[in-house]
Amino acid sequence: MPPTLLSLHNVYKTFGGLLAVQDIGFEVIRDTVVGVIGPNGAGKTTVFNLITGSIKPDSGKVIFLKKPITGLKPHSIVNKGIARTFQTIRLFSKLTVLENVLSGCHTRMEAGLVASILRLPSQRREERKFIDRAMDELEFVGLESKWQHPADSLAYGDQRRLEIARALASDPQLLILDEPAGGMNEQETIKLGDLIRKIKKRKITVMLIEHDMSFVMDVCDKVVVMEGGLKIAEGSPMEIQKNQRVIEAYLGVDDENGY
Amino acid sequence: MSDCPTRKWPSLVGTGAAAAAFLAIPLFFKAIGLRSGPYWLDLLNTVGLYTILALSLNVILGHAGMFHMGHAAFFAVGAYTTAILNLNHGWTILATMPAAFLAAGLLAAILAGPIIHLRGDYLLIVTIGIVEITRIALSNNIFGLTGGPNGLVGIARPSLFGFRLSKPQHFFYFIWFMVGVTYVMFYFLENSRFGRALKYIKEDTVAAESMGVNTTAYKLIAFVLGAAWAGVAGAIYASRMRTISPDSFTFEESVLLFTIVILGGSGNQKGVMLGSFMVIGLPEIFRGFQDKRLLVFGAALVLMMIFRPQGLFPPTPARVKLSDAWSNKLVEPATNSESDDG
Repeated sequence: MPPTLLSLHNVYKTFGGLLAVQDIGFEVIRDTVVGVIGPNGAGKTTVFNLITGSIKPDSGKVIFLKKPITGLKPHSIVNKGIARTFQTIRLFSKLTVLENVLSGCHTRMEAGLVASILRLPSQRREERKFIDRAMDELEFVGLESKWQHPADSLAYGDQRRLEIARALASDPQLLILDEPAGGMNEQETIKLGDLIRKIKKRKITVMLIEHDMSFVMDVCDKVVVMEGGLKIAEGSPMEIQKNQRVIEAYLGVDDENGY
Repeated sequence: MSDCPTRKWPSLVGTGAAAAAFLAIPLFFKAIGLRSGPYWLDLLNTVGLYTILALSLNVILGHAGMFHMGHAAFFAVGAYTTAILNLNHGWTILATMPAAFLAAGLLAAILAGPIIHLRGDYLLIVTIGIVEITRIALSNNIFGLTGGPNGLVGIARPSLFGFRLSKPQHFFYFIWFMVGVTYVMFYFLENSRFGRALKYIKEDTVAAESMGVNTTAYKLIAFVLGAAWAGVAGAIYASRMRTISPDSFTFEESVLLFTIVILGGSGNQKGVMLGSFMVIGLPEIFRGFQDKRLLVFGAALVLMMIFRPQGLFPPTPARVKLSDAWSNKLVEPATNSESDDG
């Protein structure tokens, strides 16, 4: 297995006249947690959208498991092993917690139209297997007792965890979390950190965007810093904290973040 | 969880009893010698036919959430396919049914390709266009096959094992058997990987795509399936009426079907069935209102949107049965250490 799971090479993306992402390139090593930080509007979410296929780059390459995935549709990228959560929660709010997690299983299931209409034995077997699998993921994030609840009845922090369970159900090699601690209180953030370490133990590589600096420095093995669509620094949390450019551009200016 | 089977059985028995009572209606009419019996059976047949149509539209509109107001076009294609194959080529009605399915499905596949990505009201407008174009094409005797405004006359009755269906009570069993088939088929579909994918699309297309659902393909398949099944309903309709003309497949028919699904509860098959009874059956029972039917529709829709925007029966949460291992695990209380992800 290659140590490099994902890499970006000279990726550009403009929206109208705005250069959202310029010449971005970095590597994500297997079984690590990589944080992407930067001020608002730096292009962090755009980078995530480029990786997951929600938008296509103007130029440049995204390589996953040694193969280019640039320009593929989101659903085939999920199938290749990249799952994501959203900055603003995007659960299927009217559906149950279990149904939400089953959406993650979709890409690993096979039953088609005919098998479903006729409810063939193979289809029923598969359903049973993946309902169990979905329940396991719910247990992993600690929501198994709420499997029958509608997703929108959950507390905010639980909804974030449900989104993670849903993404994990697709059996990803790379999990992309867009501001997972956003809107969480201190207690919930600590539990989230524990959850991410547990995910890492399952040999799933994690990429995350986060504004909570102590959280990022705590859970990440590597940090990529962006500003104005450019990568301005990359390194271990220790290196980033000492980096003069980063302190000027981001940490020094915005002292609300506490570093 | 353990009481699930005990709760399930009475409901199954109840449903069975209700179905049996319903199927005994023709016998009951005969027994009491009701002179207007055939008339009421005919009405129930109409309701049944609309139920099949509405259930097929429900896959598109209710489950996948696509605003499709041109369903009458595919109904028409099915009816005309059956009529043409029967009249010109001597096919039996039953043999034409798969052909009607395929013809309507094929047309849907061709038309849906370029429009499937349209959202909400945009799709609505295009599908209205489809039903109008279909009607006008039929009126203009397209390919010299459709008989123009007068339509096609003298379509055969269906025969089952040498028994020719001719009376309303024959059609009653035929049509309601088809309603049963439709209901079970789409019930299985709803509670499957495929049906869930449609629900995800309806709830949030972007999230569905990001969870690995090929949203374009699923929307397309749902559209084609619903349309093809409307074609089957068209085949039944043609052999029941024996005469079909473009007037039977107007925009108004499409609106009627749309109304049934929305009024009943899009996505809930029981609601859609109730909607058929209300929209098709009630105006007949209150014949005096019939010329004001559209007014009543309008008022009913407005009131529904205000008081019950989800329809009479909104979709219920999916009933999923957990494995025994999981059911037992959740019943036992002492799993706190597990739920704390430390």
